[in-house]
Formats: sequence, structure tokens, C-alpha cells
Amino acid sequence: MKITCNGETKEIPSNTTLVSFITDMNLNPDTVVAECDSRIIKRDEYDTLILSDGNVLELIRFVGGG
Amino acid sequence: MFKIPPFHQLQEQIRSAGDADVRRSLRTAHLSTYDLASLLSPAADNHLEAMAKRSVDITAMRFGKTTQIYAPLYVSSFCKNRCSYCGFSADNKIERRILSLEEAETEAMLLHQRGFNHILLVSGEAPAKLGVDYLEQLALRLRDRFAAISIEVQPLSTEEYARLFAAGITSVAIYQETYDRETYDQVHISGQKCDFDFRLDTPARAAAGSMREIGIGTLLGLSDWRAEGLALGLHLAWLRKNFWRTALTVSFPRLRPAAGEFQPLFNVTERDLTQLIFALRIFDPDLGIILSTREEERYRNGMIGLGPTRYSAGSCTAPGGYSNPDTNGEQFSIGDLRTIDEVCAAIKQKGFDPVRKDWDAGFQLL
Amino acid sequence: MLKIADRTFRSRLFLGTGKFSSAETLKQAIEASGSEMITVALRRVDLNDPADDIMNVLDREQYLFLPNTSGARDAKEAVRLARLARAAGSGDWLKLEVTPDPRTLLPDPIETLKATEELVKDGFIVLPYINADPVLALRLQDAGAAAVMPLGAPIGTNLGLITKFQVEIIIDQARVPVVVDAGLGAPSDAALAMEIGADAVLVNTAISVAGDPVKMAAAFAQAVEAGRGAYESGLGKKSSEASASSPLTGLDFIKT
Repeated sequence: MKITCNGETKEIPSNTTLVSFITDMNLNPDTVVAECDSRIIKRDEYDTLILSDGNVLELIRFVGGG
Repeated sequence: MFKIPPFHQLQEQIRSAGDADVRRSLRTAHLSTYDLASLLSPAADNHLEAMAKRSVDITAMRFGKTTQIYAPLYVSSFCKNRCSYCGFSADNKIERRILSLEEAETEAMLLHQRGFNHILLVSGEAPAKLGVDYLEQLALRLRDRFAAISIEVQPLSTEEYARLFAAGITSVAIYQETYDRETYDQVHISGQKCDFDFRLDTPARAAAGSMREIGIGTLLGLSDWRAEGLALGLHLAWLRKNFWRTALTVSFPRLRPAAGEFQPLFNVTERDLTQLIFALRIFDPDLGIILSTREEERYRNGMIGLGPTRYSAGSCTAPGGYSNPDTNGEQFSIGDLRTIDEVCAAIKQKGFDPVRKDWDAGFQLL
Repeated sequence: MLKIADRTFRSRLFLGTGKFSSAETLKQAIEASGSEMITVALRRVDLNDPADDIMNVLDREQYLFLPNTSGARDAKEAVRLARLARAAGSGDWLKLEVTPDPRTLLPDPIETLKATEELVKDGFIVLPYINADPVLALRLQDAGAAAVMPLGAPIGTNLGLITKFQVEIIIDQARVPVVVDAGLGAPSDAALAMEIGADAVLVNTAISVAGDPVKMAAAFAQAVEAGRGAYESGLGKKSSEASASSPLTGLDFIKT
């Protein structure tokens, strides 16, 4: 199934949890904030949230800034 | 809530200032209360001319070459407080009078005809005789004819001030009389006015009730005038910080003969008053400074442009006294007996513009 | 000691972490500055370079992370970023930055006030970045801002404290700490801000693009201490001397 992540289309298997998607992208779940369909996902939900077709995901993290 | 340090602490701070402190304070652009203390000290007496110069320049910069004119309108001499210094004290045997709304309006119109646009409604403190209802109704009658109406009456609550503001009262004068608790207790013998802290909190309540301007002050001659000046400075700084939208004025009525034959506990000379005015002007450039008709013509003329920004004129301190000049029962006797036209002429002669109207009811009333 | 909201700070120099040439330089510069609070921004993860992560070098235990809402063009975007930041585990502290004009990066006063009101209600500890507008500073304090951060000069310009006069008014009227933020280009600028009574300064560009950022960070730290020391020891300000031309006020009318 297809989801959008940070503006890019991604093909993922069904029943992918958010946490596994994040780790598959080589990201550390502890340092990444996730918004799914404009809703901020709580940390403890990462391993229970299952992604669906058409989800719009935003992965955000801290970067240098003034 | 505003808290005032013990009076002796203020006195010590002032006493500890020396000549070097005064010089340094006179050079400073942003004065602290420490600087105010040094300008109020005996050491500053040698620098009065320098202070005068600074005061003149700051006053001109902030207020231009203008002096505002107003008249007090005494509406009631009934009072439930016994205060040893005041002609209206409850135990003084004077003719008491409260003007009906019609009489008050007539008095006000006389003032209006004479050219006043700013008036100060004054009464003794007797809420049962004269309360918020009376003031509200009087304000509603007068607001179309006067640009600004102030009140100097008993302390009220925030809600009551808000009500009066909606009715057209623009400003509130409430003087602590003295910030020296010991003296305060001594001269306030009975009545609601005995509550020092309630009175001290009143300017804040008036500001919270939307009043555009608050006037504070002390009665010079009750206690050490220098420490009173420092206390006023602290009070002003606190009000500016917590009610930044509110304009502030200060007044220093100097004790004069009154029906109660009260002798001032401290002698405050004209030179003392002058130093006080200069010090506060330099400390707080935006402060309105009022010089009432308690002072004499010669002194008031001399001070035009030196610091004060607001003068009363043609004053009568007995209710009904404008309609009937032979009325007895005044609160204090007047030092400057000139009419408004005479005062305005003197102001003009000194190169200043007497301002009879500095506000418009249109800003406040919908 | 500086107190903002419920935290105390020994250092009055806060650091921005943007524009550094490398994560390692950033780390060393922060250490050299002695700073206890650093700002960070929030951006989309670069999916093509997932390892680029500031968190790899910086210890969340050692510094208070102050997320900013840079990129937000209005209150709505700022509030969204704020909530994302909180979800990222940065706590309730927030540097509110609403800068709709990408050319000047000047803050929008109206959106900043709107956002502050909403964020304070939502439990954030809001430090709004503003132009040096004294009335705006008062309005933000009335709205519950934990500090105000007036700019010295627009972000990145290194022009120094060109807003000195207004900042002095803000300091005079403030009921919360005042942190001069943006535009401080040299340690002397930081010292000046502290001398006039600022509670702290925030510096970013001047350090990150210096020839030797680590050394510059140390220099800024010294400047902030020097300025604060001067202020605390009662530095007398120069008075704008009254003009000598006004006629002398004769005081002989006063009765002795």
C-alpha cells in the first residue's frame, strides 16, 4: 500500500506499524516526532499504530536553529 | 499589592546620601529610587539651581510650554472620619452641607461659564450621604459639558470605579496623606480612614477600574517631607509597573490654617516643597504635578514651567461657595485668591499656554 | 542567578545552534560558551540522509533545549510547531518565532501575540521573539509570556544593538526577564546589552560563522559576564545633558 511521508510517496507492506516504518528508514524513533494525518502521535503509540493506505505522515526532528 | 517599607528605613536611605550621590544622580538619565532619595536629601539643597534647570527642561520636553487649569467643586462637607488635620473632621463644628444634584450642577455650570473644562468633584467621606449613585448621576449630568471630571472622595471598590468610569469620570485623586504608619495612626482618630492599607491599595483599585488617571499625594506637614517624597516615588514606580496604561499625577497640599486649629507636626517651607517638586519631576518625567491654591500667588507664579503642570484656580473649598461667595464651612483657606482669568494671564505672561481643555469626552463615551 | 519561569541559570548567554559548519564544532562551541540553554528548530527529517541528527552530539541531560517555531508564518503554524516540539519531548519551554517575511525574518507582532495567548493557555512556557516594541512587550507580559526577547538587529545581520533605546524602555518596564536576541555581532554588543540591564542574551550567527567559533563562543561568554558585572556594580548612565541654553531659573521668588 502507499503512504506519503514528508511529501514523498512510499510503498509499504500492509500491517506496518509506525515504529517499524521509522526504523526501516534508519531513524531513531526516540528522536523523531510523527504526525499522521495532521494528528501528533504519542510516543507510546508508535508500536501500536498500524499505517493505512493513503496516510499522510510527517516525520520531524530537532535541527540546529537560532 | 503595593507595600511601603517602614518609614524610618526611607529616612535612613535619604540621610545616607551625600554630595557625591547627589552629583551622580543629577548626571543619570534613568533614575532609580536610590537617586530619588539623594535628590530629596539635605545634601541636595546646595544643588537646587541645577535641579531646577533639569526640572525645567524635562517638564518642557514632556509637557511643552503649557499649564493645565482645573477647578475643584466641593459637593459635600459631611464626613464620618475624625482626622486631626482637616477642616471637615467629624468633630469640628462647622456648617455641613451637601449639594443636591441640581445645586451641584448649577455650581458646575458657573465654573463652565468661567471657562473651566476640567473639574474635580470633592467631598468628605460619608458614603451614606454621598455614594456611588450620587456620583454616577452627577457625572452623567456633567459629562457633556466637561472634558474631564475627576473625583476626590472616599475610597471605592474596583467595581464602583468601573461604574463611575462608564458614567464619565476620567480620573481619581486619592491621597495617602502620610506614608508614615505611626503618624497616620496618630492623626486618624476614627472612621474608615483609619485603615492605612485599604487606603494604600485604592490607587490600584481605581486603575483596575479603568480610570485613565490616578492622582496620589501626601499632606505636607504631617511627617518628614523627604521620606514622604521617597514613598511617593516608590508608589508611583509600582503603579507604573503594574498599571502601565494609567497616567499618574501627584499633589502635595501643604498644611494651612483650618477650622480644627491643627498645627503642622513638621514645618515644611516653600524651599522644601520646591526641592520635592524638582526631585519628583527628575525622577518621573511623565508625572503630572499639581500645585493647588493652598500656595500663594507669588509662589505659584514663580513655579510656572519649573515642574508643576496643573494649577487649580478661582477655588472655593466650601460646598455651594461658587454660587454664594459668603458660604462658610471651608476645608482649608485659600492662599491664592485669583480668578481663573487672572491665573491664565499670569501663565501667559511667563510665556506658557494655559490649557483649559486637554481631553474630550468623545474618547470615553460611546 | 537568572530565573526564568521555574528555572535558574548560572550563565546569561544562550546559544542558537543554527548555521554551524559541523556538529562537532557546534558541540565544542556550546561547551566553550558555558551556555545552559540552547535553541533548536524543528524540521522534516531528510529521508535521504537519516543519520544527520543533531541529537547525536548534544546531550539532552546537559542542556535545556529551547525549541523555536522558526518557519512559522502565522500563529496557527507556530502553535502546530509548538505542539510538535512538545511531543518530541522538549518539555513546555518554547521560543516563539513567527516570521512571515523570509527576506528580513522580522517577527510578526500580531501573530506573535495571538500565538502567545493560545500557547500560555495550553501550558507552554513562552519566550516570544519580537521587535523591540515596548508596548508589544507589555502586552505579551500581560498575556503570560515568561520572558520577552527583543531583537538587537534583524537575524543574521550582526549589526549589534541598534534598538538600544527601545530595549532600555523594555527593560525599564519589564516584569519578566528580558533576553536580547538576534543581531548581536560582536562580544562588545553582548556586553552593551548586559550593561544596559538585559537579563540575558541569545547569540547564534556571530558565533557559528566566525573564523573560530569555539574561541568566539568563549569570548561572548566573557563579554556577557563583563557586562553583567558592570551593570550590577551600578554603572552610571550618561545623561543626555540638558541644553545649556535655557534661561536660568531664578529661585529668589521662594520665601525663606
